[in-house]
Amino acid sequence: MRVALSVACFDDALFPDTGRAVTVLLERLGHEVVFPPGQTCCGQVHWAAGYHREAADLARAYVAAFEGGDVVVAPSASCAAAVRADYPRIARAARDPGLARAAEGLAVYELTEFLVDVLGVTDVGAYFPHRVVYHPSCRSLRSLEVGDRPLRLLRAVKGLDLVGLPAAEECCGFGGAFAMKNADVSVAMVADKVRHVRGTGADVVCAVDDSCLAHIGGALSRLRAGVRTMHLAEILAATGPA
Amino acid sequence: MPKFAAAARPALADTGLRRALRGTTAQLRGRAAAAAAEPADWEDLREAGRAIGEEALLNLDVHLEDLERAVTEAGGTVHWAADAAEARRVVTGLVRASEAREVLAAASLTLREIGLDGALARAGVAVQETALGDLAVRLGEDEPSHPLSPAAHRDRAGIAELFRRAMPAAGADLPDDPEALAAAARAHLRERFLRARVAVTGANFLVAETGTAVVVESEGNARMCLTLPETLICVAGIDKVVPTWDDMEVFLQLLPRASTGDRMTPYVSSWTGVTPGDGPRAFHLVLLDNGRTRALADEVGRAALRCVGCSACLNVCPVYERTGGRPYGPVHQGPIGAILTPQLRGVESAAMASLPYASTLCGACADVCPVKIDIPDVLVHLRGLVVDSRRRRPVPPPEMVLMRGLAWTMGDPRRHAAVLRRGTRWARLLSRGGRIRRLPGLLGAWTEARDLPAPPAESFRAWWDRTRA
Repeated sequence: MRVALSVACFDDALFPDTGRAVTVLLERLGHEVVFPPGQTCCGQVHWAAGYHREAADLARAYVAAFEGGDVVVAPSASCAAAVRADYPRIARAARDPGLARAAEGLAVYELTEFLVDVLGVTDVGAYFPHRVVYHPSCRSLRSLEVGDRPLRLLRAVKGLDLVGLPAAEECCGFGGAFAMKNADVSVAMVADKVRHVRGTGADVVCAVDDSCLAHIGGALSRLRAGVRTMHLAEILAATGPA
Repeated sequence: MPKFAAAARPALADTGLRRALRGTTAQLRGRAAAAAAEPADWEDLREAGRAIGEEALLNLDVHLEDLERAVTEAGGTVHWAADAAEARRVVTGLVRASEAREVLAAASLTLREIGLDGALARAGVAVQETALGDLAVRLGEDEPSHPLSPAAHRDRAGIAELFRRAMPAAGADLPDDPEALAAAARAHLRERFLRARVAVTGANFLVAETGTAVVVESEGNARMCLTLPETLICVAGIDKVVPTWDDMEVFLQLLPRASTGDRMTPYVSSWTGVTPGDGPRAFHLVLLDNGRTRALADEVGRAALRCVGCSACLNVCPVYERTGGRPYGPVHQGPIGAILTPQLRGVESAAMASLPYASTLCGACADVCPVKIDIPDVLVHLRGLVVDSRRRRPVPPPEMVLMRGLAWTMGDPRRHAAVLRRGTRWARLLSRGGRIRRLPGLLGAWTEARDLPAPPAESFRAWWDRTRA
């Protein structure tokens, strides 16, 4: 299958390993990956912060960049949710029914949805001998309802010791602009998330959103906690002894 | 009123408050989740609640006229109050006319909204709170932190201490277990119930077809207020109207399960006009607008007016759990307050403009709302109104410059790639050992307690161009 890769703007700059891992993973599974060069940002940051005109401009550009009928895979639940859940709202606010129709025409999947639902695989042949916790990001959990798909993928990884995260479904406190505008509350929330992570004795925290991981990882790093954050795609792309 | 972020700081540092709220919200959300899982038709009930609420709001003018007619026919009097000041004047006038020196208060959210206490105090009338939590908050000269348990941020030991001081009859050795505290409050209040001549209450619902005020409560104090005094004054928002009694069937199932996790509420009291020889001799209903018609005119924002006051959204909100209710302002708290208050008061002030941003948009509130108010959707809509109100400023705020600059840069892939390259070089200069510990300007709030990874030298698109293109 030919897959158009949608890389979040901050993944492009800060976490390029995520897009590389998805490319390697999908190629290993026998699919062709393309990166439409016109893409920049899905516009959800602007939408969520109240810059609705700007969000509509970015959404129009995103839709234009991915027109063409390929299945779009985003290793970011929040970007996938932006297109599926926010674009109809962005179009409504901008009174732009054309944008709503164009967004509806895109087949955008979050990575784990694509692997489990479209490709029908849970064992992607990965090997990752570490103790891992999974943080279900709010957008994956509530906007996309990805459910246990990420956990099924993780359970099939050889060598991986998957441990449960207490209060897993509680927000890490990132919330885009929230992390800046309400920095103190945001830090209080991530402090609890980090406490739960450390309590599990995990080496790695993974998620399907690098934005949440940047927040959790930023707090872990400041504490010199010795716990790594990794996008789920990087774990699935990892291989080792056959 | 300060901005949310500033108002939240004392709460974040208060270990007692944090512990009390964590316990209360965890218990309530656990009970509510269990209660919602019981009925097989819970999702149908939620949908019915949403639909009834929406219809009631869209035809509010008709229902309000029906309500006024029915209340009048039942021997009551309807007063219309466009704003808080008018409502205060009406209630104060009625209390003055009764010559009472003390009034009982119950179900007091709307009473807080109009600032009735202060107005009556200036008129020489004392207000006696009758609910246990409200009483504790009043005695502590404190602000309520939760609509259903106003003293949720206080621990039992602190409340016992207040009671020992304020209720000498309870004795200096009053223990701090809930039963002893409730018994002391009951004894303290009984005497006041029996001598009171005027009571002021809120209402959870107003049934238009019969002109009935419905009060839903767990302690029975509001029922005492409805039945014992000579004059009953009920102050309620115009959004509390439901068309028919049939609608109550839905709300009386939704409300207790969502709010306290109970199958039904201990006390559901309904009051229709006056009945000779039984209960109050005068019944006054004050219908309050105070910004509600403005909210009603907003096709996205009006969803907030469907709120039935269950507080389920507070109990699941990770922000509320850490800040309590005070940073949201004195009346409507938690996620629902963050969308209701700015609509009632307008988004122009800095404090009101900060409320729609007091959320991570995690969506837990929308999941539990028994009438399916999409709170994150309204929050984002209100943020749009806040930003629009700032677009007209002659000098744009720094955040707006940044956000518009970003949108402009990202509007074109080549511009975006060039800025990405330059930004990466700058960011790498700020980093040490692969992480950034201090960012300048607006972004500095991030690095107060969190690192940021330094951007790798090669962006994803650069890697793609090098290896795949």
